[in-house]
Amino acid sequence: MTMATSKPPARKTNSAKRSNVASPAMAAATRSAPFSGQSILRKEDQRLLTGQGQFVDDIRLADTVHMAMLRSPYAHARIVRVDASRARALPGVLDILTGPDVKDALGVIPVLARMPDFKYPPHYFLAVDRVRYAGEPVAAVVAEDPYTARDAVELIDVEYEPLPVVIDAEKAMEKDAPRLHEELQNNVGGTYSVVSGDVLEAFRHADHVVKARIVNQRLAPSAMECRAVLASFQPSDGTLTLWTSTQIPHLLRNFLATTLKIPDNRMRVIAPDVGGGFGSKLNVYPEDALAPFLAMKLRRPVKWAESRRENMRATTHGRAQVQKVEMAFAKDGRIRGMRCRSIFDAGAYFHMFTAVGPTSTANLGSGCYKIPAYSFGVTEVFTNKMSTDAYRGAGRPEAIFLIERMMDIAAKQLGMDAVALRHKNLITPKDLPFTTPAGRVYDSGNYPRDLRSVMKAAGYDKLRRKQAAWRAEGRLMGIGIASYVENCGPGPTSGKPPGGGWESATVRVEPSGRITVLTGTSPHGQGEETTFSQIVADELGVPMDRIAVIHGDTLVVAAGIGTFGSRNTSVGGSAILMSCRKLKEKITAIAAHLLETKPERIVWRAGQLTVKGAPSKSVTIDEVAQAAYRARNLPPGVEPGLEANSFYNPRSLTFPSGAHLCVVEVDRDTGEVKLLDYYAVDDCGRVINPLLVEGQIQGGIAQGIGQALYEELLFDENGQMLTGEFMDYALPHAAHTPPYHCTRSNTPTQANLLGVKGVGESGTIGATPAVVNAVMDALAPFGVLHLDMPLKPEKLWKEMRKAEVRS
Amino acid sequence: MQLVNITINGKAFEHEVEPRLLLVHYIREKAQLTGTHVGCDTGNCGACTVVYNGKLIKSCLMLAVQADGSEILTIEGMSQQDPEKQKNGLHPIQDAFLEKFGFQCGYCTPGMVLNTHTLLKSNPNPSEHEIREALEGNLCMCTGYQQIIESIQYAAEKMKAGK
Repeated sequence: MTMATSKPPARKTNSAKRSNVASPAMAAATRSAPFSGQSILRKEDQRLLTGQGQFVDDIRLADTVHMAMLRSPYAHARIVRVDASRARALPGVLDILTGPDVKDALGVIPVLARMPDFKYPPHYFLAVDRVRYAGEPVAAVVAEDPYTARDAVELIDVEYEPLPVVIDAEKAMEKDAPRLHEELQNNVGGTYSVVSGDVLEAFRHADHVVKARIVNQRLAPSAMECRAVLASFQPSDGTLTLWTSTQIPHLLRNFLATTLKIPDNRMRVIAPDVGGGFGSKLNVYPEDALAPFLAMKLRRPVKWAESRRENMRATTHGRAQVQKVEMAFAKDGRIRGMRCRSIFDAGAYFHMFTAVGPTSTANLGSGCYKIPAYSFGVTEVFTNKMSTDAYRGAGRPEAIFLIERMMDIAAKQLGMDAVALRHKNLITPKDLPFTTPAGRVYDSGNYPRDLRSVMKAAGYDKLRRKQAAWRAEGRLMGIGIASYVENCGPGPTSGKPPGGGWESATVRVEPSGRITVLTGTSPHGQGEETTFSQIVADELGVPMDRIAVIHGDTLVVAAGIGTFGSRNTSVGGSAILMSCRKLKEKITAIAAHLLETKPERIVWRAGQLTVKGAPSKSVTIDEVAQAAYRARNLPPGVEPGLEANSFYNPRSLTFPSGAHLCVVEVDRDTGEVKLLDYYAVDDCGRVINPLLVEGQIQGGIAQGIGQALYEELLFDENGQMLTGEFMDYALPHAAHTPPYHCTRSNTPTQANLLGVKGVGESGTIGATPAVVNAVMDALAPFGVLHLDMPLKPEKLWKEMRKAEVRS
Repeated sequence: MQLVNITINGKAFEHEVEPRLLLVHYIREKAQLTGTHVGCDTGNCGACTVVYNGKLIKSCLMLAVQADGSEILTIEGMSQQDPEKQKNGLHPIQDAFLEKFGFQCGYCTPGMVLNTHTLLKSNPNPSEHEIREALEGNLCMCTGYQQIIESIQYAAEKMKAGK
């Protein structure tokens, strides 16, 4: 396969057409329905290409003042005294807030993921008398310009009394470990477990037991745009507007209205262009409330733009689990049982979704395999670090990495082929619907076929022959495979644990016949303005360029939840489809009335409504819209206007799946890993826009590669971050990533109206184990069974040298 | 305060600035050209990439006073480059990024486009390997790079064809 084959075929045609037309939207307009399934170019691109994007820090309001944060240099300390007098005296400084100033006014930082029996110690917007991680906000300064605000931060004198620090989650569980929260007996915030089948019995009758300790290291989500907020208060009507780089404008509005004691119908949150999120902009952060608080107090707009240094320390991290796992196998390789105890490093506080992430790991730990006896317990532990929270996959990558590493480790220990071992245990289409140990019901997918497909695409047998030839020459080639299933489109709202819930959509036909779509999702690079337009264009038979999609503004979009858990299209898109269907009924009724016939005799064709058997009698949607707003000739009982609002509440989760295959070469002399090729077969259900789906998969794979090979947040014993800049936190560069060869294998799902499963996180979930399995396969001649991520050259080099000494 | 004269996208700017003012902040706040972004403050991510006297630089690593007397090209100035090749308000490089889906959130994009512009000037026929190497100073967390690389290859074709 060449690089060219990984491109969706429709794009070439599109490019050719593009050269004669004025804009991508017009390019789309020249194409014919159905639009769904076509790689239509994105609608939002031109502004971002020409430097006209509006990220929060790009927005200019007159009289804006600037906020800067004083952050704790200690990972754990008592605050003895804060003296801001020198800072206050600095010309240009307008205000300084410390913990006691806002403790009563703002209360505690809200948490959405509240698990039964979990402990939620208070987490203040500014530390009150104690700091629990290096980077925790201690004071907020406002000054006329950002440089002065930072100067003032330097002039605040804080007396700290350092306290013992605990960085390692396993050590934090020890009896005499320093305790983070005095009101708790220990550092355990909560436990969650899934138990199914007779695990003891399974292990008692096992022919082989395979054990491992798998570490999923702490990562920084590293959205290219750091967080930023701009708050403006209008005293005349008491309206507060907050522009913030977030994935969840509506949730933020709801929480902040309570925090700031502003009526929610006087609070407006806008997510303008957002430069990536990956789960890290899925929170109420201190600055989200402090900037509005100060804007109301000072009656001037307040802006804060996070530095990368702050982002690494005080924006949520991801992953961070240590899993001790045992698997019981029968002689023939069949899995009898699995038990795992995972320790999750929650950081100092439970943030918005912190507590729920690892529960996803426990729920998904069986992956795409039949495991009759299963026990997975997670202990969530407080440590002196920034909170861990959602990061692309949020608990699912940790589950799939675990089981897919275990399949390779077990194959080696059982003396079996890793592919054969997988096939022996994979859930097959015959097993569907399949109830997992956690009680989830996989509805669709063909895991064995995806595994065969990815091997075929990669030319697996040929690769193995090449590997043998290279090995004979002393070159270390590795082939890694991972099968995955995951769960997306969090729902249903009332599930166990409660899902991410509904999404809302309003579709309005304007008096001109143009269509406005308001969605409660908050896309930020995924390209949903285009995907959603395709859905509407197909359903209503109108051209793409007649449709505008609006999102990310709580004043304009009545209700919403936001963008996370690969839910935009499956949940948000379904809400749009619902609204389109409601609209269609009304349009049909009005058209029938105008054409003096019955609604059931109306035929829809490309925005034209005709009477069955009388094609000359027709009206356009534009004419129906005019009639609907003029309201002089409407059918009895039909209200004027032409819009429909819907809330879609998903019936169940969706279960995207697939198989990934990675080919690497490890440099015997340096330990450097070179990714030679990457193959992916992903089943994300129905594809609305192959171009955008491809982008999600490829980007996800790169982030999986980042975790497998490069990224790691490291701390010293005092809790100081050692990888606190992009200087030393290694992210994948263009020279590190391989050519991706991605194809889709789509099995239908009934889980939502569109039959889509979600694709935002799959790439990452499949990639991390595929890459690590490949590297470990390359190292097989050295007898290395498992190494923890990231697989940096020095680590591999050391293992190879050790093995050489042993031999 | 110190007086600086900087020509950005062919337009002369003159401001009294603090000697410590970073060039990226000068471009964004004084010249009000916000297409140049700040991503890391340490010169690693390339979101603040601009062309300084014909050379690619990270504008977060230079002071405005150091740029006194210089000529700078930012993303906003791409509309004046190769005027005969501009189409629908886009330079062929931007058009290539549009057609090949060379970005998602768009935050790194200005830097990627300016990097491509500089690369293609010195090497109109870059190999895939050369493109990957040329992107060393520009990070993208959304795309996984392949679609950026395809965009740059397509941009090279477009520039040669004079499309």
